[in-house]
Amino acid sequence: MKMRQLAGGCALAALAFSGLSAMADPADDNLLLNGETEIVTHTDAAPEYIDGLSEQYSGWHFREADTRVMQADDFDNPGMLAVEAAIDVWNTEDGSEGKACASCHEAPESMAGVRTQMPKYNEAKGTLYSLEMYINDCRTERMGAEAWGWNDASMVNMTALISSVSRGMPMNVAIDGPAAPFWEQGKEMYYTRYGQLELACSNCHEDNYGNYIRADHLSQGQTNGFPAYRLKNAGLVSIHNRFKGCIRDTRAETYKEGSPEFIALELYVASRGNGLSVEGPSVRN
Amino acid sequence: MKRHIALGLVLSAFAVSAATGETAPAAVSYAEGAVAESLSGTAGDPAEGAKVMSNRGLGNCVACHVVSAMPDVAFQGNVGPALDGVADRWEEPQLRGILADAKMTFDGTIMPSFYKNEGYIRPGDGYTGKAAEGELTTLLTAQQIEDVVAYLMTLKE
Repeated sequence: MKMRQLAGGCALAALAFSGLSAMADPADDNLLLNGETEIVTHTDAAPEYIDGLSEQYSGWHFREADTRVMQADDFDNPGMLAVEAAIDVWNTEDGSEGKACASCHEAPESMAGVRTQMPKYNEAKGTLYSLEMYINDCRTERMGAEAWGWNDASMVNMTALISSVSRGMPMNVAIDGPAAPFWEQGKEMYYTRYGQLELACSNCHEDNYGNYIRADHLSQGQTNGFPAYRLKNAGLVSIHNRFKGCIRDTRAETYKEGSPEFIALELYVASRGNGLSVEGPSVRN
Repeated sequence: MKRHIALGLVLSAFAVSAATGETAPAAVSYAEGAVAESLSGTAGDPAEGAKVMSNRGLGNCVACHVVSAMPDVAFQGNVGPALDGVADRWEEPQLRGILADAKMTFDGTIMPSFYKNEGYIRPGDGYTGKAAEGELTTLLTAQQIEDVVAYLMTLKE
């Protein structure tokens, strides 16, 4: 910051399009969940297929100290109320087949590791699947129940429950094989400058993480903490809901939750966080 | 860059309205990123420019730039360089050009183009998330650009 103020016009011109991540100031802190589970919120190296990041930071590092503390204890994390609500649903029969989630999957802990691989190429369906789509397939095809909407509380709560049992496990989405074309599509979107403000994901979350846009401390836009309990919404927010808000804020026409575009983008962004621990439900601004 | 200059010269004859003296966005002539002529034909008002710069619904320049001369404006961002002393570093036509379309000066910059109304990918209807309908308006008017230029020219150290 100081250096830029002293610099002349030529130096400013160079800085205007160089990465500013050297000035990033994510909080120097460690997350130990419930005093026992170590959460990897920072790594010294991004995956080799990610060109624009030299290290990875969870969004946790960019939030204020009280918000970071709130996430460290399940009794303080408001997102865990949603997890408790989802446990009830997990054990409750629904639909024409008289089944609950528990009828096939037993305890929610049997889902440990699932969140780390989402989104994932679904061989049977021949396309890329988000966690929400697997949940709805279970409901409509096995339970004979109605599909949930992407933003329904029941859906977001269930994704929180399934994420919660993977907390501490490293994100590990596959980007090769049949997932490769989806990953390429998502990557292209990540660097596309949308809307009348002409902002790509990369402009803020790769080139400027650590900097501020007004009061907004820019993170790397990692998805390992989703669904995230957003204090400003006083509720859980899905990955696609957040994508939608970001694109809207570029003065662009957004895509819809569950659209092929957002599923592809979800895969690419998730791959930028491969190696970070699952945190969902996290606590964010 | 040469292409833009040539295009600007050809179009400017048609696009400058005699009544208002205002230059249409597509007719702005950039020379090495700078714009010599006033966009509105009316001198800028620095007091109005200060409002445009600090108002979230207008330019909101402080979202990304520190302006120490505006100590009452909270949460000034740091994505772009501080604007303190900016009039010592840039001439008026350069500042006008950077405001109108910063990408003409800094290739690939994150800074939005405030006097442009076409060439966007999936432009929206304001911040509704819906598709824009009809002709887009520029982010700032020609006079608002001139007002901001006038304010920036007061920032000397």
